[in-house]
Amino acid sequence: MSELVSYDEAVAAFEPVLGLEVHTELNTKTKMFCGCQNSFGGEPNTHTCPVCLGLPGSLPSVNAKAIESAIRIGLALNCSIASWCRFARKNYFYPDMAKDYQISQYDEPLCFDGYLDVEVDGETYRVPIERAHMEEDAGKLTHVGGSGRIQGADYSLVDYNRAGTPLIEIVTKPVRGVGAKAPQVAKAYVAALRDILRSLGVSDVRMEQASLRCDANVSLMPWGSDELGTRTETKNVNSLRTVEAALTYEIRRQGAVLLSGGKVKQETRHWNENGYTLPGRSKEEAEDYRYFPEPDLVPVAPSREWVDQLRASLPEPPAQRRARLQGEWGLTDLEMRDILGADALELIAATVEAGAAPQAARKWWLGELNRLAKEADVELDAVGMSPVQVAELQALVDAGTLTDKLARQVIEGVVAGEGTPAEVVEKRGLKVVGGSALDDAVAAALEANPSAVESIKAGRQQAIGALIGAVMKSMKGQADAGQVRQLIMEKLG
Amino acid sequence: MNELLKLSAAEIGSKIAAGSLTSVEITKACFEQIHAVDAQVGAFLCLDEERALAAAAAIDARIAAGEKLGPLAGVPIGVKDIFCYQGLPTTCGSRILEGWMPPYNSTVVDRLLEAGLVIVGKLNMDEFAMGSSTETSGYQLTHNPWNLGYIPGGSSGGCAAALASYQVPLTLGTDTGGSIRQPASVTGVVGVKPTYGSNSRYGVLAMASSLDVPGPFARNARDAALLQEVISGHDPMDSTSLVSELPGLTDAVGKGVDGWKIGVVKEFGGDGYQPGVESAFKEALAKCERAGAEIVEVSCPHFDYALAAYYLIMPSEVSSNLARYDSVRYGIRVGDDGTRSMEEVMNLTRGAGFGEEVKRRIILGTYALSAGYYDAYYGSAQKVRTLIQQDFDAAFEKVDVLVSPTSPTVAWKLGERMDDPLAMYKADLCTIPSNMAGNSAASFPIGLSDGLPVGFQVMAPALADDRLYRVGAVLEEPLLDSLVGTSAWDALYEEAK
Repeated sequence: MSELVSYDEAVAAFEPVLGLEVHTELNTKTKMFCGCQNSFGGEPNTHTCPVCLGLPGSLPSVNAKAIESAIRIGLALNCSIASWCRFARKNYFYPDMAKDYQISQYDEPLCFDGYLDVEVDGETYRVPIERAHMEEDAGKLTHVGGSGRIQGADYSLVDYNRAGTPLIEIVTKPVRGVGAKAPQVAKAYVAALRDILRSLGVSDVRMEQASLRCDANVSLMPWGSDELGTRTETKNVNSLRTVEAALTYEIRRQGAVLLSGGKVKQETRHWNENGYTLPGRSKEEAEDYRYFPEPDLVPVAPSREWVDQLRASLPEPPAQRRARLQGEWGLTDLEMRDILGADALELIAATVEAGAAPQAARKWWLGELNRLAKEADVELDAVGMSPVQVAELQALVDAGTLTDKLARQVIEGVVAGEGTPAEVVEKRGLKVVGGSALDDAVAAALEANPSAVESIKAGRQQAIGALIGAVMKSMKGQADAGQVRQLIMEKLG
Repeated sequence: MNELLKLSAAEIGSKIAAGSLTSVEITKACFEQIHAVDAQVGAFLCLDEERALAAAAAIDARIAAGEKLGPLAGVPIGVKDIFCYQGLPTTCGSRILEGWMPPYNSTVVDRLLEAGLVIVGKLNMDEFAMGSSTETSGYQLTHNPWNLGYIPGGSSGGCAAALASYQVPLTLGTDTGGSIRQPASVTGVVGVKPTYGSNSRYGVLAMASSLDVPGPFARNARDAALLQEVISGHDPMDSTSLVSELPGLTDAVGKGVDGWKIGVVKEFGGDGYQPGVESAFKEALAKCERAGAEIVEVSCPHFDYALAAYYLIMPSEVSSNLARYDSVRYGIRVGDDGTRSMEEVMNLTRGAGFGEEVKRRIILGTYALSAGYYDAYYGSAQKVRTLIQQDFDAAFEKVDVLVSPTSPTVAWKLGERMDDPLAMYKADLCTIPSNMAGNSAASFPIGLSDGLPVGFQVMAPALADDRLYRVGAVLEEPLLDSLVGTSAWDALYEEAK
């Protein structure tokens, strides 16, 4: 751990300037430059071909769908779209890079000069975007034995299934004027970017599967200065929480260095799970990637008509959509914040779409389902129940077939994979029971609790609770409490 | 020599189609010739006798069953060892790929097979196509059939030497800066560098991606045209592959040059050009005039800078294209004894697997692309490239084709230029501009100087490859006929030492 000063002390003396680089994997059916399946996982080296293995003689050809996705991302980020641009080779030797160069873009990005507005504590901050460019992902290395890193491992295995996955790299310009809010703005930016990518349907944006990865740069300069300080780049920042935590840490660390009269070293650092950053392996000299235009590919020249078409078909921006839904659903700001915090907006929207009332949909997703997801340590949308199923469940409640209490048991069954809500009701026999069975149970409860009956007759209405409880117990919960109350009152006339 | 071997590819094809010759007969004759002379010539790196004879028999069976096949069906061919062809190793003349068996075919090889050509084996070349003499091959020397003590040109020296010694009627090579035209020139055969992008590079081991193009070798213009027609056409696997089609090439043969303007490149002559080469060139020009063409001199001032610019662009691309030979996935691996790091093993492998010329160009290219040098070297060279293109454009507004000697000299003695890279590079002085511009060009045999062949280069605009053949057919001399029966010819048949 490095020397630190308090966050307040650091930002009192210095203005933080941010820079964020976000990589996202596109979810196209095929890879960036060949026809191989583009999917997470799979038996190692089964989604490969001469092209993504970089075999001698093989040549890349561009996936038009990936270009389309990249342009849509650029448009959603208010970028200009190049009318002509080229790919470039980034040359470096590493065994996960089949050709020992990466096809990327250098000085001619497809998308450039955009921005994204984000909100922190009710205030809007504009994050200027320098560029969004296309590139290919590398394969995956597994180091076996020794240190677990490439140096000192007994041997290393390489899986090229991921090699050639289309990536978009979105780079901000230096983000200034956010002051002490810098870490929060960074987090809000990555979250907003994630929402946009998701709304475009171009990426699965799962940070835990590394389909969205962030490198966070920060530098400090004295307030009022115009000269940017030396920045550090923190890699391995792979959740929203760590974006904020890593930047907070770096600001405190750099602040300590500067306040003690030292100089910040320009370096790459890595975020450690235990809450601090560590310098990466220091290189003797700066890497020279020897970029040059990729001669195996022709320039990308999207027609203005096509770009206009893509612009016209963009979905509603997430922030606008949130505001609209909040109004339509009649939710308070607090309720909306809870929904966003639980990442439940789209799930609730889909549930409402499938026929449930907004408040009911909100109740299930933020309540029982959220609890089960946390228990299982999965994202809410992976909890095991679909929005359509939640709407189906609520329909059963609305029809009086289920009580809320029974409904929770049905949810348990659905999540456990026992089938649709109707099937679980059927299999577990969870339907609300009425008719003669309920009449019999009420009669039996009255008979077994004469003192309670007396109390009610004497006007002490609260005693009815004991009777309802007894009925529900004998019915194993499969009765509607309101209906039970009504039956008891009728009997006691 | 079996008389069948003197037949042109066109004649072999039509005889096979007519049933008066079988593919098996001609294929066997080729293998007999290979076994008789290649110990001296050293053209082939590997042979594929069993599969070739089976393929020939299959063609014969289809023809016997009445099937109509293309004009080259059943004709034997040899391919440069730069083309991926499953079942045979592809080494690109380099030790670093020793024994590598490609799991896929290059597009042009597939096109040969679809057209019924019979691939007999793979031909020697300069390592990764870098050289003008085939002496940088990591495996063997190839000798010029006109004089075994002389180089066969390069990098496609195996292709040229196999043709000139009648081992096969057709071969397939690649041209990056002259690698088809210069060996064709010094061995007295026809070699064509088609328009860049008109033949797929997919499955062709890359030297310099923006310059490489596969092309035909033959003993006459018509055969070369037939072969070029077989391999050309758009390939979705190569995004630099052109969608536009070439005009008819075989149709162009025999149309003549009456009324044409033929431009002699002013910059290509004089100092450094052998008198024998210049006099043969002048005789050929006179022949064009007699065929009705007007000869004019054209200045292409930027051609003087082509060689220098080429030696920045080509090595830059080479340095990147050859990075993948790192021992991780294929090829040889050196020094992996469990104590060395990955980087050390990569270094040792590349140190041992690549030859001197390849290393020289990787170093040149790495330097030219380095931060701080890029603009001065790679950037300036790209500007020169544009200027060369403009010289061509301006010239082709005035003339139908440009012409020059293919190479300033005839073949030189083996070993003579191996210690002088600049002298070696100058063999491509006249051929490089067409690669830099992506245009089409060809070399046709026109005569001898001191008993060694001289080539005549024709340069045409992109997608006007037909013009090459119109000039070539007017010029061509049956030079090789004069080789057969001489003492040089007899030397081919001597037992290998």
